[in-house]
Amino acid sequence: MSSTVISVAHLSKRYGDLTAVADVSFEVTRGEIFGLLGPNGAGKTTSVECVQGLRTRDGGQVAVLDLDPRTDADHLRPLIGSQLQESSLPDRMKVWEALDLFAALMPNGPPWRQALDEWGLTDKADSSFASLSGGQRQRLLVALALVNEPQVVFLDEMTTGLDPAARRATWGLIERIRESGTTVVLVTHFMDEAERLCDRIAVVNRGRIVATGTPAELIASGHNQVSVRFTAEVGELGFLDVIPGVTSVERRGIAVEVIAHPASVPFIGNELVTHGAAPPDMRVVSPSLEDVYLRLVSDGGD
Amino acid sequence: MRVLVKMTWVEVKLFLREPVTVIFTLALPLMILYVLGGVFGNEADAGGAELVYGGFGPTDFYTPAYVALAVAGIALIGVPTHMVEYRESGVLRRLRASAVQQRVVLGAQLLVSLLIATAGAALLLAAAFLFTDVSSPLATWEFVAAYGVGALAIALLGLFLGTVLPTARAAQSVGLLLWFVFMFLSGAGPPPEVLPDSLKAIGDWLPLTPIVEMLQEPWLTGGWATTEVLITLGIGAASAAGAWLTFRWE
Repeated sequence: MSSTVISVAHLSKRYGDLTAVADVSFEVTRGEIFGLLGPNGAGKTTSVECVQGLRTRDGGQVAVLDLDPRTDADHLRPLIGSQLQESSLPDRMKVWEALDLFAALMPNGPPWRQALDEWGLTDKADSSFASLSGGQRQRLLVALALVNEPQVVFLDEMTTGLDPAARRATWGLIERIRESGTTVVLVTHFMDEAERLCDRIAVVNRGRIVATGTPAELIASGHNQVSVRFTAEVGELGFLDVIPGVTSVERRGIAVEVIAHPASVPFIGNELVTHGAAPPDMRVVSPSLEDVYLRLVSDGGD
Repeated sequence: MRVLVKMTWVEVKLFLREPVTVIFTLALPLMILYVLGGVFGNEADAGGAELVYGGFGPTDFYTPAYVALAVAGIALIGVPTHMVEYRESGVLRRLRASAVQQRVVLGAQLLVSLLIATAGAALLLAAAFLFTDVSSPLATWEFVAAYGVGALAIALLGLFLGTVLPTARAAQSVGLLLWFVFMFLSGAGPPPEVLPDSLKAIGDWLPLTPIVEMLQEPWLTGGWATTEVLITLGIGAASAAGAWLTFRWE
């Protein structure tokens, strides 16, 4: 079996006049946690729903485990697991009933009792879905997504609406899923989540992939721009704008931030000294993944 | 098949955990039987220019009609509301992602509807025989067969309401409205003979009317209302087609 589990090429999806996904391409390799990161409305959820065969794509090619979700959804669904946004269980359904039912949906009816232990739900087996806390619901939905021992599991906005402690606990769950050998596709708009969990990330904005890579690669891609910060009493800093490689100069009171190519940094210092301002607190700050991300998804994308 | 059975069983349990629905579905027809049975008695309506109950005792006349009403309670109010809630809250999305087929979702709801409706109908008949002087149906098996056709048609109509109505609130309102209109105009309320012509004309077009007549026929005369059975089968088939075609997962 090939190491590519999912391959998506030029996926597009429209709702009437609205283009939700314009052109999305990515590949997911067996065993990795692949993140689709982007702001709300970027087309992440629509993309993964097309990949799972829950929506019909308008264009492009998609293969999941060598199956086309548009024509083979019925064969594909038993092989994948799903934790969907805006999905729920009946309020009065009990935890064990949900596991029992969802296990029965799969061809060989996998055993589900150990899942209660595994996901810390044994005490809650007889509780109704409505009575569970946010974190417990999340654990149950993950257990349901994994009850068929899928090869790929899709997790959409797992931690939205959870308190910080429950978020951390959910991250632990996702890492455990990967340890079990299951490939994970994680949809999120949280930078810290993507950076902490994902082996590779595709940044989605306005229905397009604007960058793909490991978190380290994405940060490195931002290294052609650094932030130079210092304080300056002098009024006029126009001489900085004209230095080659300087993108912007911003002042907030006496605090100044210059965004520039790393090679411009010595010239900035030199110009400041020449103009009689030698700031004692000049710092050069490399961008974080968050800076890179925000730049990627700000207007224009690239 | 295994999935359908499991899903139906879970749905029956979920239904039994909704006290309000259980009371409305199972107890309301009993209350109506008790109150109206007390009001009208079961004296055969023998004389006068008009035979309001076609010459039968009111309890005999109404009991088969109440059976239709008991079925309509769960099939037209309970099940459609439940189905729309499933769509609204994302339960259907969840089921679909786990490879549940449309026919399983609809099949389970249909079976639940029929099972609970039949429990309600059985309860109603048991109460009628225990607490009123209702006479036994003249043609028992024909009555059972008519019940089967009628309950299936009403349950399918309810399924269609559950796929076509946009919100749970709408489903509940439409279901209640239909239930009361059926009760008053289809022969489970005032006898059709005393209704003004205009209302009687409306009643003739309501889907529950042929079902009530179809149930009354074997019970009261020992006959078999072929026309009404065919109309009812048509209603069932149209509803089934409507439910299948308008079904949406979200």
